[in-house]
Amino acid sequence: MTAKVASDWLNSCSGCEIAVVDLGERLLTVLDLVEFVHIPALMDHKYYGQMGDGEHLTFPEADLGIISGGIKNEEHLEVAGEMRKKCKAIIAMGTCATHGGIPALANSWSTRELMDRYYSTETTDACDGFPHEGLPPVLDRVYALDEKIDVDIYLPGCPPHPDQVFAALSAFLEGKTPELPTKSVCDTCPTIREGKGKVGELRRFLQAPQYKTADEPLDQMRCLLEQGLLCMGPVTRAGCGGDGVVPRCISARVPCRGCYGPVHPRGNQRMDMLNALASNGISVASLPESVSMLRFSGGHGMLNPARR
Amino acid sequence: MTQTRTIKISPITRIEGHAAIAIELDETGNVADSRVHFQAIRGFEKFVEGKPAEELPRIVTRICGICPWHHHLASNKAVDRCFGVTPPPAGQQLRELIHSIAHAEDKLLHFFFLAAADFVIGPDADYAVRNVIGVAKANPDLAKKVVQMRYKAKMMIEKFAGKAIHPVAAVTGGFAKAMTEEDRKWMLAEMREIYDFARFTMDFAKKDIFPKYMDAIASLGVINTGFIGTVDDHGALNLYDGKIRLMKSDGAYTDFDPGNYTDYIGEHVPSWSYGKFPYARFWNEGFSLDLEHPKGVYRSNTLARINVADHMATPAAQEELEEFRQAFGRPAQATLLYHYARLIEEVYACEHAIEMLEDPDITGSDVRAPVEPKAGRGVGCVEAPRGTLIHDYSTDENGMITRANMIVGTTHNLGPINMSVDQAARSLIRDGHVDEGILNKVEMAVRAYDP
Repeated sequence: MTAKVASDWLNSCSGCEIAVVDLGERLLTVLDLVEFVHIPALMDHKYYGQMGDGEHLTFPEADLGIISGGIKNEEHLEVAGEMRKKCKAIIAMGTCATHGGIPALANSWSTRELMDRYYSTETTDACDGFPHEGLPPVLDRVYALDEKIDVDIYLPGCPPHPDQVFAALSAFLEGKTPELPTKSVCDTCPTIREGKGKVGELRRFLQAPQYKTADEPLDQMRCLLEQGLLCMGPVTRAGCGGDGVVPRCISARVPCRGCYGPVHPRGNQRMDMLNALASNGISVASLPESVSMLRFSGGHGMLNPARR
Repeated sequence: MTQTRTIKISPITRIEGHAAIAIELDETGNVADSRVHFQAIRGFEKFVEGKPAEELPRIVTRICGICPWHHHLASNKAVDRCFGVTPPPAGQQLRELIHSIAHAEDKLLHFFFLAAADFVIGPDADYAVRNVIGVAKANPDLAKKVVQMRYKAKMMIEKFAGKAIHPVAAVTGGFAKAMTEEDRKWMLAEMREIYDFARFTMDFAKKDIFPKYMDAIASLGVINTGFIGTVDDHGALNLYDGKIRLMKSDGAYTDFDPGNYTDYIGEHVPSWSYGKFPYARFWNEGFSLDLEHPKGVYRSNTLARINVADHMATPAAQEELEEFRQAFGRPAQATLLYHYARLIEEVYACEHAIEMLEDPDITGSDVRAPVEPKAGRGVGCVEAPRGTLIHDYSTDENGMITRANMIVGTTHNLGPINMSVDQAARSLIRDGHVDEGILNKVEMAVRAYDP
């Protein structure tokens, strides 16, 4: 029996959908096992009927609903609500859906401030008022999915690795709960850690870390944090390397920025990281700012407009 | 028909963004007005303020998960200029190489996954089969080959550069890691395979697809506009760097340095779309989407680049361009020709990636110049798959972002997409007669632009 699947993207960039397409030949296997009933990226099922004359936004029933993106406008809210109603289980796919993701950096400003800037850049013509005709009204902030609807399965990652997308779908089709990594990025990182106390300050990522040659294995390179580079590995959920395990950014000799969200689903990546730095004797004042530590997890009220 | 009504095509499907179409019919059942509502507004221009500039190339990637490499690279160029650093040659080469591979991968995605169903299954087919799943069931061997080739391109990037989607490997001052001779060899072999598939796809489309749709090509969504794209010093199409060429519909053009973009491009704010509509401020004629007399309207993306370029820098792509020009002239205006132009660029992107991988200098170990944060302004520009992409930043003395403006590739086409939809709706919906096939054809006029 094939499972019926509905999928939609909300306040997102479509990177999660590309991660699905990046399954390679496994994608053809998935297409054999599931019947998509709604997926705007690939299929022409419409919200208001195929002739565009329906009164209300309507989804077909499905066994599984996959939602990427957070919630930023009235239509996102309506789609998420309708999918919750029509789908037996909901997967929040990607860090925007699980924690708000990069677009939730907007939560440090009011909607008015965001719009004022966007509609007044140096190339923008003067306008009377913001666009609104036929457009879904924008909400006051970016919400993670579970701030508005119940979520059954969380699949973080920006984007989630295709290996995990496949594992999660396969598990669901077999009637199991997908098992996703629960450790930190550091726990899966092969670089050498020597311990506390050697670094007092952090420097910005404006020069390359120390390692011998391009072909030197990662397990011979010193941990980037211990080299004095901010790396969010300690406070970030593992999994970005997929079945290959090695964290993807580290494999490019670049420090982690936290794209899988906090290790504990309700963790605060900024507080956790600042605590980790302080307890290792690293000066927090050496950082140019720390709001960016919440760049992937600014939903759930973590980021708010400053009082101005 | 005795009353007016509105047809809502929502969402527009098999495109990469969020948009809907509203077509208003008058009491005779003919089109009174049609509008395309672009619904995304996220505020990147504001929320990057106060962030360390060198972090932006890892943030702005989320503007688009389909072309994150292009945002990553335009952003890196802008930050390099803010801080006054020039990457060493091998660092530049690695950036440009991945840029080319990402182009090659993107065009396969659009042609086969998003657009093909309209041509292979047919525009009037039931929506349940008029999609990539239907295409795969009807052509299992081809489907397998397509997913293999795309996977190859994406895994090349992932194996070499860490993340393929939302990349991190380009860094201020260059590239994060050097390429080994071993990397160069296997990537070259993989790229040659993808090139062969690009040639196969071009031939397949010219033989089995385009000839069947010549009537649609000549009529569907056809409008008359100018074009924008990037060319090198010899006028050849360049996807990674060069000067921007802005061409009028009669073929006359002006070239300018991307750093001066504000003198050439303005953005109109429509009342019905969050997405702004860029237009040619330089032409001094204002802005209008009137089908007969558009003002300031130009288009971006594949057809635009093919039109503005004098020639292609690689032999196989040049041959294809000559054949295309022979058939359709310069500038070609027919909207569905975006698909044809996309496949010519696919051949070019593969040829160019191979050229770069054949150059042993690409394995140079000096890939990153050290850099100090400082106050400055930098404009970074590349051709993203969907058009000329501009990132423009200012920094304070600590290298923090104080101001950002971005013009994203697809936005150049938002005004033209409105025109093509209006043209298609007016010519297809007559006296109240409308069906699913007609509505899909209206969407095909959008899909050609791959927004």
